[in-house]
Amino acid sequence: MMTEDLTGILERFCPMYVLLDDGGRILNVGPTLQKLRPRHAMPGQGFLDLFELLRPRSVTTIPALMGATDAKLRLRFRDEPQTSLKGAIARLPQGRGAVVNLSFGISILDAVRDYALTSADFSATDLAIELLYLVEAKSAAMEASRSLNLRLQGARIAAEEQAFTDMLTGLKNRRAMDQVLSQLISMQMPFALMHLDLDFFKSVNDRFGHAAGDHVLQQAARIMGEETRGTDFVARIGGDEFVLIFRGLEDKIQLNKLARRLIERLQEPVPYGGQTCRISASIGTALTSQFPRPAAAEILNAADLALYAAKRAGRGEHRFFSRCDEGDGCVAEIGRFG
Amino acid sequence: MHGLINRAVQSFVCATYGRSCWLSVTQTAGLGFTDFEAMLIYDRDVSLRVLDTLCAKLGRSRDEILEDLGTFLVSHPNTEALRRLLRFGGVSYVEFLHSLDDLADRARLAVSDLDLPRLELREKSPTDFLLLCEPGLPGYACVLVGLLRAMADDYGALVVLSYEGRRETDELIAISLIESAFSRGRRFDLGARAR
Repeated sequence: MMTEDLTGILERFCPMYVLLDDGGRILNVGPTLQKLRPRHAMPGQGFLDLFELLRPRSVTTIPALMGATDAKLRLRFRDEPQTSLKGAIARLPQGRGAVVNLSFGISILDAVRDYALTSADFSATDLAIELLYLVEAKSAAMEASRSLNLRLQGARIAAEEQAFTDMLTGLKNRRAMDQVLSQLISMQMPFALMHLDLDFFKSVNDRFGHAAGDHVLQQAARIMGEETRGTDFVARIGGDEFVLIFRGLEDKIQLNKLARRLIERLQEPVPYGGQTCRISASIGTALTSQFPRPAAAEILNAADLALYAAKRAGRGEHRFFSRCDEGDGCVAEIGRFG
Repeated sequence: MHGLINRAVQSFVCATYGRSCWLSVTQTAGLGFTDFEAMLIYDRDVSLRVLDTLCAKLGRSRDEILEDLGTFLVSHPNTEALRRLLRFGGVSYVEFLHSLDDLADRARLAVSDLDLPRLELREKSPTDFLLLCEPGLPGYACVLVGLLRAMADDYGALVVLSYEGRRETDELIAISLIESAFSRGRRFDLGARAR
């Protein structure tokens, strides 16, 4: 085949071909490749003067290039913009040189922009246009999905803010507690409020990880559900803090029994992933009857003081609120009252 | 019906007749919400109810409104992304017409659950074409008439388009190319990504 026949075919099928002589000098290039450097005619230049060969690394000379017929070539322009290209080389028979066919590879997105390429610059069988179409189509679709996700996320956050349920344990949350408390108080319904704090929970989290911690919280919630009546109210109000409200129950003996039973059951070891998690609980209880005009904050604070007293007495204890808990002078007497 | 289609109707109504018109349509149609999500699927009845309500409110026929929708999709800045995707179909209007055979596949490539009816272009002469539109999406052919007219403008081609009604199950659109380079048309840079 004559070289003229060959270039005719190459122009049609490979608009980014390079025809080289055996010495690595460029004889001819495809129109699209020439379009990338419109000021300097490529024929006559040395191939390796125009392009820097990145891979294979062993190829640094023209003879090595001529031998690299099995390799995938990675190269880039030596001058700016240093568009990277991929290519393959094939030798022509009888020492008539070689043909290198080039393509943009993944740099195509930048290349069409940098060089203002049009579909006429790609061969009819090139998938470049389809690739560009896909990128745009997928970006548009992704944008639509993203905006949906953002809206859903916003709706979820709004819903969570309005929720009355603690997602992890299925118990009520602090919001729900506030509402129930104000309801009970406005109805002047007597009740007892227990503030329960898990002991050693932090060490479970630290030693076995948060998944173990979550599991322990769920088990604790289950136990609290089992040990209370349907009309009682149980909420998780913080990491390892719970509030239990017993409507119409003010019998200290019965409440103390309930608290002891809760502590006992919460001390049962919880197996998790081959490990055994051990926690305990401290409880402080306040009664509406301890206040002439009970208010939510007052009762919560009282139960909190009682809990503090229970913790001071050692872990796994239960204390009722006593007027003494309020004054510093009385704190020392807690043990006696306990 | 795919959310993208519902969303297209919504954008069209908001841009052409105003947001208040759209809100009143959603209310009269008993939608229970005001905005379609582009990436969710809706019951077909919902989409048709919206369209019927819109026709009644504007006192225009469904075909007319859908044709305007087709024009809107290609010519309005809000839907520039769609115009660009269509322009990938070819460098000339005739090439674009031939690419319509692949439109359903192209759409599915972009959004896998977007099912558009198949189209087939018949070339009666180098300037006379017949586009066959398979059933499946009521009113699709009317939207196409508007869209093809606006695309002709985009390419700078002068064409005569007419909706030829139904033959057996397919709907037909006749396209006559009067002049392929009537005006300069609008630019299309491969590398200029929409928005």
